[in-house]
Amino acid sequence: MGAVFKFTEEQEMIRKAAREFAEAEIAPYAAEWDSKDICPVELWPMLGEVGATGTFVPEAYGGVGLGHVERAIFIEEISRYSAGLGIALMTHHLAIEAILRFGSEEQKNKYLPILCSGEKIGGLSVTEPGGGSDFAGQAASAEKIDSGWVLNGRKCFITNAGIADINVIICKTGEDEKGRGILSAFIVETGTEGLKPGRHENKLGLRGSITGDVILDNCKIGDDAIIGKDGDGAKIGMGAIGEVGRAGMTAICVGILRACCEDAVKFAKERIVAGKPISKYQAIQFEIADIRTDYEAAKALLYTAASIKDEGKPATTAFAVAKYFATEAAVRGAKRCMDAMGGYGIVNEYAVGRYLRDALASIPSGGTSHIQKLIIAGDTLKNF
Amino acid sequence: MSLHIVVCIKPVPDPDHYDRVTIAPDTKRIVREGIPTVINAVDKCALEKALQLRAQYGGKVTVITMSLPSADTNLREALAMGADEGILLTDRAFAGADTLATSYTLAKAISQLGDADLVMLGAESADGATGQVPSQLGEWLKMPHLWNVFSIEDVEEKKYRIKTKYENGYKEWEGTLPLVLGVSRELAKPRHIGAMGIIKAKNKPITVLGKNDICGIEDEYIGLSGSPTQAGEIRTPEMGRSGHKLEGTTEEIGIQILEKIRAGGITI
Repeated sequence: MGAVFKFTEEQEMIRKAAREFAEAEIAPYAAEWDSKDICPVELWPMLGEVGATGTFVPEAYGGVGLGHVERAIFIEEISRYSAGLGIALMTHHLAIEAILRFGSEEQKNKYLPILCSGEKIGGLSVTEPGGGSDFAGQAASAEKIDSGWVLNGRKCFITNAGIADINVIICKTGEDEKGRGILSAFIVETGTEGLKPGRHENKLGLRGSITGDVILDNCKIGDDAIIGKDGDGAKIGMGAIGEVGRAGMTAICVGILRACCEDAVKFAKERIVAGKPISKYQAIQFEIADIRTDYEAAKALLYTAASIKDEGKPATTAFAVAKYFATEAAVRGAKRCMDAMGGYGIVNEYAVGRYLRDALASIPSGGTSHIQKLIIAGDTLKNF
Repeated sequence: MSLHIVVCIKPVPDPDHYDRVTIAPDTKRIVREGIPTVINAVDKCALEKALQLRAQYGGKVTVITMSLPSADTNLREALAMGADEGILLTDRAFAGADTLATSYTLAKAISQLGDADLVMLGAESADGATGQVPSQLGEWLKMPHLWNVFSIEDVEEKKYRIKTKYENGYKEWEGTLPLVLGVSRELAKPRHIGAMGIIKAKNKPITVLGKNDICGIEDEYIGLSGSPTQAGEIRTPEMGRSGHKLEGTTEEIGIQILEKIRAGGITI
């Protein structure tokens, strides 16, 4: 899967800067975002200033011109304090990825600078009530008319629903000779007639991001709104989710694991039982050792996969492995942290309950663990 | 009008590692080995204000530090914030400097630049916290100097209205450049460092100067030999904890708790 990853001096500086940003602007408010289930959209311009919104976009389009390793650093550091904001940011990147990789020059020049600066928020709408992983079974339709397209249908479980300004939406434009759906991707700006937010899901975790329905009700858009050409929707949607989406979810869970590690260590050193800190007891040390091991392994998988992508090589399997491991490990890590904290672990004054809820909610986002295993098994049986 | 603003920064132990900071019993100095450093927080406030003044008037911002070669990282961070160039004063001969020797060395290097309009730095450092360097620097440079500056407003070209903070109020001054200003945290909130700033910082110059690179520097004023002050007794506070059982009625225990809190110096 690639050589052992080592960060450059510049990447270490970016991590330090991202950490200081997260400590100042995210840590004090993360619990409130979670309890109120609000997404701090006002932070977007600041995320733009530090380079978190347009990390992997070339400078020519208003980005920083770095890669997916640096993007993962930003998401990890942000998710250390707010995994909810982490998934909102990572979804913003999905819209960017779709336009950057497949958009026309006009679309790139029009949308990427305002997405990179944080002036606008991006979103990607794929999943439908029939299931996110039944990609070809999407029913939302795009009908060709003289002046463009008319979109109809309902997307659900959409991150940044209602807050995204620039929505990349996958719709079915027809069927091939075998009856399979032909999918295309469209850019729909918020404010376009017929584009409406639907229900807002009350989630278990990853609160601090908005998840809900996107409704298309005779939504008319121009010919210039299609990304690539008619029929490119599957590769655009799957390309964005398969690598950038799963990379993002992995980075979120690496952030959660670090949070678990740091909080477990802090608690274990401060909590005195029978005259000594519980960090002196082997049972607690073993929990901490397991969290740390999972953190290091997840981190290695994440940054190795991201560096493969930055080399321009296919990284779908590497990200499936990383996502599968990191999301499940984050659940284990939060549970272990909770175990180490005893009764305090279930008190909401401590963040570990949120870590567990966020980790659980990370599993279905970008494909469940079962889906990741199908991808990994498929590649292993074919290529290993 | 364009300004050349020089900002002095000091690398200090990272507060996240304060539990690892010790004092060497023989030299009475902080043992810094193995402890990461950060830019003294209030020096970053000075740098932020310098960057704002540059944005307003044009010119350039130079950051300077006297430290170990590893302070290159701290300078690089200041450049990532937006400073134009860095100067690192590092030499074995500078080791052991007290505030007077430090300010002398910095002043000599700043004088060598020749065109500094404004010299800014934190009023005090997070480690030594003497608060002496800004004033000493002003004296060595023969520039007017103010300490604990929390507001700078322009009046006219190269003339500023400056407020300095005191326990029960503030004083307002009018100063004409050149000036040396020791600033407080309230002056400006440092901006966040962005990825783009880090990339740009790679190509900004850092000049490393040793004793022999600074004109007119005299051995008797630098390093340990140029330091008239020596640290006296320094003790590390006892941070251990132990439990004490309080006995009596609820009211008596409450009174005992209050007494212990008051004995600890907290007024309630």
